Amino acid sequence: MSALLDKKEGAEHLLMGNEAIARGALEAGVKVAAGYPGTPSSEIIESLAGVAKDANIYVEWSVNEKLAMEVAAAASFAELRSLCVMKQNGVNVASDFLLHLAGSGTRGGMVLVPCDDPGALSSINEGESRFFARTVEIPLLEPGDFQEAKDMTKWAFELSEELKQLIMLRSVTRLSHASGNVRFGTLPTGEAKARFRCDGFILDPDEGIVISAPVDYKHGQQHEKLKRAKEIFEDSPFNTYEGPEKPELLIITSSACTLYSREAISILGLKERVGLLKLGTTWPLPPKLLTRYLSLAEKILIVEEVLPFLEENVKVIAAETASEIGIKKFYGKNDGTIPMVGELNPDYVINAITKILEIEYLPRPEEYAAKTQGLAFFGAPQRELIFCPGCPHRASFWSIHNALELDGRKGFVCGDIGCYTMALLPTGFTTLKTVHAMGSGSGLASGFGKLGQFGLDQPVLAVCGDSTFFHTAIPALINARHHKSDFTLVVLDNSGTAMTGFQPHPGLEVNAMGDNVPDLDIAEICRSMGARVEIRDPFELEETRATLNNLMEDNEGLKVLILRQICGLSPEKKAGKKYEMAINEEICLGENCGCNRVCTRIFRCPGLVWDKEKQVTRLDEVICTGCGVCADICPAGAITRKEAV
Amino acid sequence: MAKATLLRDPYNIIITGVGGQGNVMSSRVLGSMLADKGYFVTIGETFGPSQRGGSVMSHLRISGKSIWSPQIPEHKADIIAALEPIEAIRVLAPYGNPDVKILCNTRPIYPATVIRGEEKYPSIEEIKKSVTKLASDSIFIDATEEAQRLGNPILANIIMLGAICGSRTLPVEKKNFEEAIAGRVKPSLIEINCAAFDVGMKLSQG
Repeated sequence: MSALLDKKEGAEHLLMGNEAIARGALEAGVKVAAGYPGTPSSEIIESLAGVAKDANIYVEWSVNEKLAMEVAAAASFAELRSLCVMKQNGVNVASDFLLHLAGSGTRGGMVLVPCDDPGALSSINEGESRFFARTVEIPLLEPGDFQEAKDMTKWAFELSEELKQLIMLRSVTRLSHASGNVRFGTLPTGEAKARFRCDGFILDPDEGIVISAPVDYKHGQQHEKLKRAKEIFEDSPFNTYEGPEKPELLIITSSACTLYSREAISILGLKERVGLLKLGTTWPLPPKLLTRYLSLAEKILIVEEVLPFLEENVKVIAAETASEIGIKKFYGKNDGTIPMVGELNPDYVINAITKILEIEYLPRPEEYAAKTQGLAFFGAPQRELIFCPGCPHRASFWSIHNALELDGRKGFVCGDIGCYTMALLPTGFTTLKTVHAMGSGSGLASGFGKLGQFGLDQPVLAVCGDSTFFHTAIPALINARHHKSDFTLVVLDNSGTAMTGFQPHPGLEVNAMGDNVPDLDIAEICRSMGARVEIRDPFELEETRATLNNLMEDNEGLKVLILRQICGLSPEKKAGKKYEMAINEEICLGENCGCNRVCTRIFRCPGLVWDKEKQVTRLDEVICTGCGVCADICPAGAITRKEAV
Repeated sequence: MAKATLLRDPYNIIITGVGGQGNVMSSRVLGSMLADKGYFVTIGETFGPSQRGGSVMSHLRISGKSIWSPQIPEHKADIIAALEPIEAIRVLAPYGNPDVKILCNTRPIYPATVIRGEEKYPSIEEIKKSVTKLASDSIFIDATEEAQRLGNPILANIIMLGAICGSRTLPVEKKNFEEAIAGRVKPSLIEINCAAFDVGMKLSQG
């Protein structure tokens, strides 16, 4: 049995922030959880899916984040507690429903957990979900450590029921993907019955219809809820102060920055001079609490990641209470004390404090620093982002790149979100020319495909993965077909949401909880739209290239090429090699071949190693997955494959 | 719970390596061993989008007092355990200090740029020289070869974990490892993992 279902109250476990959030939801008696995979959020739904049968809950990987929020909201309307989870970008996808849900209100406790990625460690943006809480006017909670991740999640459900409103609990990479000790509370027993009451008085929040209108009434209600939230937040145990009665500097912070700030104060030995106000309830801010602590110091430093959300909100309170608390000197993002871009760490806070208080800090002796400088002369060679050995995407982009070159009309590819986004880089032969949101490759291609009228004569291609196809590419394809947009979509179907850890999607016969479910066929869906559809194995390079050239020459609307080959890291694939590969060192001519070392310089599979001594290419048998593709790219025939036994 | 005193509080360990070497697994096993003994443990993990072949680093903070930042502040590492030699160099520059102790697997995993012949991988002698110069104590182990001798190169991570535990800097014993590994691998693999742990412990004790 998973540690997440440990019944012993007070039991302590080392949990990832995401697991702590999952445990908090279980302690709250969550019944339905839905999400779409996205780093750093995925482990919350994965953890809950892993215990779904034992805990008697329903968990799904929805088609996209808007669907996830709708599925969770339905459970709330039916008086069950529900959770929806996504990475920050997902909140953008779900935001239309989010606005209306905030207006209609909820019944069973409902919590939205977005996980932001400051510093874009696993993203191509530094999007913020906190502003959504302010924009759609719902309460926002931000845990400051792992214990709080659990405790605040549990409390968020109670708060949601008290206010009849959705609660946003925002995490960040350094909480979601970090681990710490968590002390467990009790797991509830007892069943919950789902029922949707909708026959009562139209404005009745428990029995009326669920809608954000009449707007003036419901919007007014929403503000009453926020006012009540403010009152509750004034006394929340998740807002804490540590430090002297009269600090020289007051730090106001939240989330992972609490840990960075506490550590900075500790390292600098400033516990008697610097106060730390840690906020767990960050929207709406409790004004009395803020006024009380702002009164303590003249200098205020606000420590937060990405946008100055807390900073702006604190400054509003400071302006409104200026006659009471006096004029403050603020330090934060707006004056450049804290960087506006990237994630923070304890050293950024140390820098900020030493600058404000004009103190010296030497993290290591100067003599040691000098020695380190000397070390840099041979530096460690960087490990660049690269497709794995045997990755089907390398083969796919090899063929796409070659087809475009052969076509010769300066065709281009609109990219999308997944491992294959790396085809922006040399590992994918710099094939992708645009990358934006999930599904946007197909959407942009749908637009480019209509520009022939204005003289655009370049072939238009788009790529998307199998999970992305279901997420948001389908509406773009419908748009393209209906408007006779001329482009070719290449679906890189590797049988799972590979980048985030092989979560299932509607193209597979299994769901998050391991049940058998109907699978939807991508080819059939595209054919039903009237697209011309071809299916190939990307490991068959020549066939793939020829098919693509043929599709690009067909100027009649929407064409789809499905390149089907399972991810090299998937559990099924790891089991065996299709081919045993070998390189004949007698045949490999190295630099004298005239091939410009195409295998190691261009194809760049890590399984192929350039042996400087012998001036030939070697095979790294340990990491070679036996896909067989490199045998087809060697013009000398030095690389051979034979069926593995 | 009664706790042995830590050499420093928080005591900071960095386990670094290349994606696919089992770096995250070893940091979680070590974290559980210490959490089970009643310590506050914070683990921060830094891994990029590439699942295999990228630099991967885990930060462990062990404390008798509280949770700490999941990112160790610059120049505050007490132990750096590198599953791959140039990763030791990469981590030493920002996190090293005159007291840092280094445990280093000497088996290289060449970056793609080196494989292609574009960049030079420093010789192991150069690496040893630099590491020795910047550390108070350094131990070099061919953990991969030792692991291959046990039948599987992936066990290098457990050998390095044994080496950390054998370096007499942490209040942990073999039996803590046995308990922590039991829930994490198939029962049939417990024995080989324990053997790997023993090899590491012995090697670090010289």
